[in-house]
Amino acid sequence: MSNTHLHAGDAAHGHNAIAHVASIKVLVGVFVLLLILTGVTVGAVFVDLGALNIWIAMGIATVKALLVAMFFMHLAYDRPFNGIVFIASLVFAGLFVSVLLLDAREYKPNVDSYRALSPLVPSSSN
Amino acid sequence: MSTTPHSTAGVAAPLPHGGHGAAAQGSHGDQGHGHNPDLAHHFDTPVQQFDAGKLGIWTFLVTEVLFFSGLFCAYSIWRSLHPEAFMYAHHYLDTKLGATNTVVLLFSSLTAAWSVRCAQLNQKRGLVVCLALTLMCAFGFLGIKFVEYSHKLHDGIGWGESYQPHNPKLFTTLTPSGHYKGGKYVSEIAAERGLAVAGVPYADLDAPGKLAIANELRTEFLPEPPTVRTFFSIYYGMTGLHGVHVVGGILVYIWLLVRALRGRFHSGYFGPVDYAALYWHLVDLVWIYLFPMLYLIH
Repeated sequence: MSNTHLHAGDAAHGHNAIAHVASIKVLVGVFVLLLILTGVTVGAVFVDLGALNIWIAMGIATVKALLVAMFFMHLAYDRPFNGIVFIASLVFAGLFVSVLLLDAREYKPNVDSYRALSPLVPSSSN
Repeated sequence: MSTTPHSTAGVAAPLPHGGHGAAAQGSHGDQGHGHNPDLAHHFDTPVQQFDAGKLGIWTFLVTEVLFFSGLFCAYSIWRSLHPEAFMYAHHYLDTKLGATNTVVLLFSSLTAAWSVRCAQLNQKRGLVVCLALTLMCAFGFLGIKFVEYSHKLHDGIGWGESYQPHNPKLFTTLTPSGHYKGGKYVSEIAAERGLAVAGVPYADLDAPGKLAIANELRTEFLPEPPTVRTFFSIYYGMTGLHGVHVVGGILVYIWLLVRALRGRFHSGYFGPVDYAALYWHLVDLVWIYLFPMLYLIH
């Protein structure tokens, strides 16, 4: 990348010397997909699939998040290192949530028996 | 120093700015072989400068993800331990307003991404339009959020101990799968029965008077799960932190818009437009998860 100043002709053809330019087709296409997925996730609420509902909602949210990250945030065209840095944060956030969740469930019986014994702590109805 | 060949023809007149002092010598578009006013001294090329800034903003976004993950943790633990509170409390959230805000934010992400494209291609008017649209959507999002918050707080639905709803929805049926059915607001029940305190009907009572009637009626209906107030602590915590980020985005976009109007961005210098858009997309990403987590509990 030695040519750091752009020629007018480049801009007219939708190119940039410094970074990838997203085409209007991709931008609008991703937006329309995001709208459709929002409609699907709202509609899915009215179908009772029990515990599966939350996973469907989270799955759709993740597909939406991927679309935003890959195209709006340019990760699909970016230097891979930026994507690796970002994915690392998601891995650690996932680790944080899942390990704490395991821990909280592990000690739930202790909390419940403490609640049942102590007159000072409001008891949980269920 | 820059070793790059300078082609001055056709470049959208980069204006020198104050920060470069003596180096910014040219002032009429033709930089000759002088210093590129948009290139900080410690970078060799605009590409190197852009990539360094980009890694910087991604690192910032990483800290943001971890910042929000604390609240996502609180949400997961409470929902896993007290699902009944979530099944009950989601009746207070307006899915239509939540969905509207989702669309507003998705559209603002489109205009933010488009603003980067405009800056990269020297489309100065398009850049200003896209930045202004992004800003308008951000204000629209906050406006809808304000309507939601004020409606809730007016009904006594606050966080923690300030959760004292005087017009709660009371339910008659709890399905085996944990759904609350047959819900009616206290205001509806009071109107049907013509409930009043000292001749003053429910609708004209002050908050403590309404609260007294609500608490009296509660005994006839299903008991409210005891941890509902914690749901609202989490609701206000998550949407509030997200809202603060929207306010931050508004400040950044005002700054970008002012600079765009002054013609500061062009195909050789658009880093700030790109970095702000990345931040704005992250704010959108967080909302993409918050919307189903809070508004679409089934």
